[in-house]
Amino acid sequence: MNAISERPAGLATPLPLLSAVDLHKSFGPTNALAGAEMHVWAGEVVAVMGPSGSGKSTMLHCLAGIVPPDSGHVSYDGRLLTGMSDAERSTLRRTEFGFVFQFGQLVPELSCLENVALPLRLTGVRRREAERRALEWMARLEVDDLGGKRPGEVSGGQGQRIAVARSLVTGPRVIFADEPTGALDSLNGERVMQLFTAAAKESGAAVVLVTHEARVAAYSDREVVVRDGRALNLERMG
Amino acid sequence: MAIGQAFLGLLETGPRHGYDLKRAYDQRFGQGRPLAYGQVYATLSRLLKNGLVEVDGIEPGDGPERKRYAVTDAGVTDMADWLGRPEKPEPYLQSTLYTKVVLALLTERPAAEILDVQRAEHLRLMRELTRRKATGDLADQLVCDHALFHLEADLRWLELTAARLDQLAAEVRR
Amino acid sequence: MSTTAPAPVPRRSALRAWAGDLLFGARLALSGGRQGWLRTVMTAFGVGLGVALLLAATAVPSALQSRQDRSEARLDFSRSLGAEQPADNTLLIASADTRFRQQDISGRLLQPEGPRAPLPPGVATMPKPGEMVVSPRLKELLAASDSTLLRERLPQRIIGTIGDSGLIGPAEYYFYAGTDRLDPDSGVGRRITGFGDRTGYSALSPMLVLLVIIGFVVLLLPVAVFVAAAVRFGGERRDRRLAALRLVGADTRMIRRIAAGEAAFGALIGVAIGAVLFLAGRELVRGVVLFDISLFPADLRPGPLLAASTVLAVPAAAIAVTLLAMRSVVVEPLGVFRQAQAPRRRVWWRLLLPVAGVALLAPLFSGAGSRRTFNEYQVAGGAVLILVGVAALLPWLVESVVARLHGGPVAWQLAVRRLQLDSGTSARVVSGIAVAAAGAIALQMLFSGVEGDFRRETGQDPGKAYVSAPAGQGLILPAELDRRLRATPGVTGTGSALELLVAADGDLPGEPALRSLYIAPCETLKTLARIDTCRDGDAFSLDNSGGSAGNMMAHFTAGQQVEVGYRSGMGDEMRPVHPNWTMPTGLRPVESAPESLGLVYSGFLLTPGAAKGAPQSHGRIAGYAQVDSGSPDAYDRLRNTVAAVDPTATVYRLQSTEENKRFAGIKRGLFAGVTATLLLIGASMLVGTVEQLRERRRLLAVLIAFGTRRSTLCASVLWQTAMPVVLGIALAALSGIGLGSALLTMVDHPVRLDWASILGFSSVGAGVVLLVTAASLPSLWRMMRAEGLRTE
Ligand SMILES: Nc1ncnc2c1ncn2[C@@H]1O[C@H](COP(=O)(O)OP(=O)(O)OP(=O)(O)O)[C@@H](O)[C@H]1O
Ligand SMILES: [Mg+2]
Repeated sequence: MNAISERPAGLATPLPLLSAVDLHKSFGPTNALAGAEMHVWAGEVVAVMGPSGSGKSTMLHCLAGIVPPDSGHVSYDGRLLTGMSDAERSTLRRTEFGFVFQFGQLVPELSCLENVALPLRLTGVRRREAERRALEWMARLEVDDLGGKRPGEVSGGQGQRIAVARSLVTGPRVIFADEPTGALDSLNGERVMQLFTAAAKESGAAVVLVTHEARVAAYSDREVVVRDGRALNLERMG
Repeated sequence: MAIGQAFLGLLETGPRHGYDLKRAYDQRFGQGRPLAYGQVYATLSRLLKNGLVEVDGIEPGDGPERKRYAVTDAGVTDMADWLGRPEKPEPYLQSTLYTKVVLALLTERPAAEILDVQRAEHLRLMRELTRRKATGDLADQLVCDHALFHLEADLRWLELTAARLDQLAAEVRR
Repeated sequence: MSTTAPAPVPRRSALRAWAGDLLFGARLALSGGRQGWLRTVMTAFGVGLGVALLLAATAVPSALQSRQDRSEARLDFSRSLGAEQPADNTLLIASADTRFRQQDISGRLLQPEGPRAPLPPGVATMPKPGEMVVSPRLKELLAASDSTLLRERLPQRIIGTIGDSGLIGPAEYYFYAGTDRLDPDSGVGRRITGFGDRTGYSALSPMLVLLVIIGFVVLLLPVAVFVAAAVRFGGERRDRRLAALRLVGADTRMIRRIAAGEAAFGALIGVAIGAVLFLAGRELVRGVVLFDISLFPADLRPGPLLAASTVLAVPAAAIAVTLLAMRSVVVEPLGVFRQAQAPRRRVWWRLLLPVAGVALLAPLFSGAGSRRTFNEYQVAGGAVLILVGVAALLPWLVESVVARLHGGPVAWQLAVRRLQLDSGTSARVVSGIAVAAAGAIALQMLFSGVEGDFRRETGQDPGKAYVSAPAGQGLILPAELDRRLRATPGVTGTGSALELLVAADGDLPGEPALRSLYIAPCETLKTLARIDTCRDGDAFSLDNSGGSAGNMMAHFTAGQQVEVGYRSGMGDEMRPVHPNWTMPTGLRPVESAPESLGLVYSGFLLTPGAAKGAPQSHGRIAGYAQVDSGSPDAYDRLRNTVAAVDPTATVYRLQSTEENKRFAGIKRGLFAGVTATLLLIGASMLVGTVEQLRERRRLLAVLIAFGTRRSTLCASVLWQTAMPVVLGIALAALSGIGLGSALLTMVDHPVRLDWASILGFSSVGAGVVLLVTAASLPSLWRMMRAEGLRTE
């Protein structure tokens, strides 16, 4: 019953950009992932849903090369992530991926602008240029007036939008978002999702969106449900 | 309300008299509103006509309550189709869905799949509404939001039911 | 639903509230897992160290007093002790100080003249000729297998040891030896009727007092800073916890009480640790020799009042610091909670401290020279204010420097921003480093300046020795000393002369001009100065005092009547042997030669023919020897030769670096002490860094998730540690140099920078930074794992 995701209709790329096959990951006695399989095509927004503790975050971490799975393979754009060294995976995350988490992701001592510019600076872009591009993205997410403030001085929704801007600033091909609206009320959450998905679509980035809120998931093109460490594709495509 | 499919499901667990069927139905799905006899026999005769049930045997005596009904192969297929087909997401759906889940459990079909299929359907509609919301004017948005909140409530119910399937199965099969 | 009347909120009695809050605080100190324990242990250790050091400091006055008491009790020269005529209660005594390798050994020759002759303190029986009584240390030294040469020099039979009451400290090398060769009438030895006199003059020179004061300040202040930092270990986290408590409704006083309870718990354990440390350290003191000073453990007895106030004051200070630091929690709980930026620090009161310190020291700058005594409190107060000023200025300095920094690579930016948000925590800790380094630099400057005295260029090459023996009647003559010296293995050249003192009326009444007269044959004189032609009857004048020859001649003209030869009397009393001696005519000025055997001195060099009528005794025999410095025992063999000739003779080793060795030891000790302090502070920095990393575990995981290189994060930790330390060291160097210059000025020494020590302490500081960073890497590594992404 571990259905394989089919290619979503209307997308031109024949091969998935990011694939995970037969992922297993256990923490002590807990089997967080038990043969999960998932594919992400370029430019699509995939919602990953499922009950709490079913292994959504673990799957996201494996897909993004943050933690290596115990067994199974993750490949990105023809390259096998599971065979890469930590440094190579870091480089990949820095250049090809973006991340948004639920909370606590902004560096509290850096200003919001510096936070957004941080991934660019990590890839070696000079400060001025990095901050210029950061400001563009902040404007795109309607938080460009917060540049000088520190994360401790902005609201939760503003902070999330800043985090989204940060995830987009390097022009990644995949953005991983783990409960990006988890700490927000529905109105704020929707606003963040609207801006987020619109910006992602515009820049052509695929989004892997872990959420337990249906209305957040409704911003996706496709849904994957994770249950007991397995990913199920439930949609009848095409 | 899909009384016919419910009868097919109940008959799948074994042939019954019409009166038994009514009792079983009332007990599981009636929610305090027992079926009228007329409705029972009208439904049964429609099913008979469509070849979904057959008369398994007639006991001595008079009247339709003396007939025992059994489901035919066509009836089993029809019900499976129905179970596997998502309902059009609309308000006050849960009694149908509940019936489906209980029947699936009764007939030992994978009930989780029913819920999953249904939630996918719900989500698809939600996605559509969300998209419409992005392009529409404020009135559109408000209308869409209303629908979205309802759908979300249903979806939550689906999730909750999915999480409690084991419990429900134990109760149904008791 | 049943309705119940709202229960009345019980009003806690004030006392109960107090106790409850304090106990709650103490529980906070204990809870919090390993981290909480570590914090409490560090606090306790810091407080303990402070208590121990303070107890030691309070014991120092009494210790010095007992030292001085014992030193006065065995005093053997003073006008009141002297006697003209032998009697049954008189004792002849002479110094027989010597030196074995690097170790100074003091000794007295005793020759009782009657049955009631006085016994020195700590000595049970009077040693007869061929016997001696020695201090325990000397006994050990004599018994050592490689002390053969010393045993040859002190062959007397040991009939007992000197008791503690007769020794200034346990590490003293001292002996009393019996003799029958003393004769005060010919200038060998003194006649006394007893030991001990209240002279009232301090056993410690003002310079030494200054060193001790500054030493204690330098040791105590970093510990004080450390205590202050120790009670704030984990302060950030605790502050946030208390701010949270405050946000949920705890009032200001409750918060203060809870914080006080937490600090008091650690501080009380600290007092116990301090007492144990002090008692244990006291036993170790027997083995410690500093400034040639050693103490008996029993000497270190803090006065009960001082001890009690120490035991109370340190925990009280710890609590006070905690409460002071609570200000921001009390005033701005939300800001603390949300880690918003704290208000800027003010500078004026911080600057006031060092300014006040300088103002205290300034009146001591101009004065009568190094013999002057100081007001200890003024000196200590000034030094403390300057050093405390360093501690107070540093947080401000770090804040204002960091506020001006921007740009740079990511690691740098992270560190700078981190410090901009909260530089106080690290600056406070680094203040300890700064104070220690500033004090140490000042002390080093003082040492180096004083050391300069001993380094005054004599033009002497190593390998030269000068023997000074009393020229008594029937004692050895220069020629005989010469012969014996030459026969000593390792001695390559000798020259000996009779040295007499001549006096003429000086410029001021009552202050005669004094010069030395050296009488020796031509060939000896030629080894002492650059003399081309010399015949018996010639006389020369040598002036190396820096003035003109005319100056030297000012009071001594040819044919003038002068006094010559002195009987050694008691105290300042000097009586000429020959009151009317005529200065020889035809004095020829000569210069000293670098290759000269002897000390470069000023005086008159006379051939025997020119010194007719001069006394043969009541002077000293000056012997000069060239020693093969490559042979390690040469000096001790020479001393043995001289001791055999006359045990009261003194041998000087004319080596310009000789005296420095003593300071080298002190410098090493100081360096070790400061290094230990810095390591201690490094440990507290480490705790702070690790704690900070732990708090930021989620953030670190996020940073790693989006591909931050580990090296970037390591570098940011390094910068974050290094920046305050670098600023601290810079400030320390500045203020250390300032304080050192002030102290040197006070003792009338030219100010000279001791770059070596400044560099040394700077590199120790840098080492601490690297160490702290390196030690925090394992936990950084651990924090950077993806587990951190999980919500806590
Ligand atoms: N580092 C870890 N150590 C131990 N167990 C872990 C760890 N990470 C995940 N688990 C376990 O693995 C399972 C899946 O965890 P995961 O975080 O992926 O769930 P999730 O689907 O993201 O849940 P939620 O919706 O609540 O975030 C859980 O049972 C969890 O307890
Ligand atoms: Mg999760």
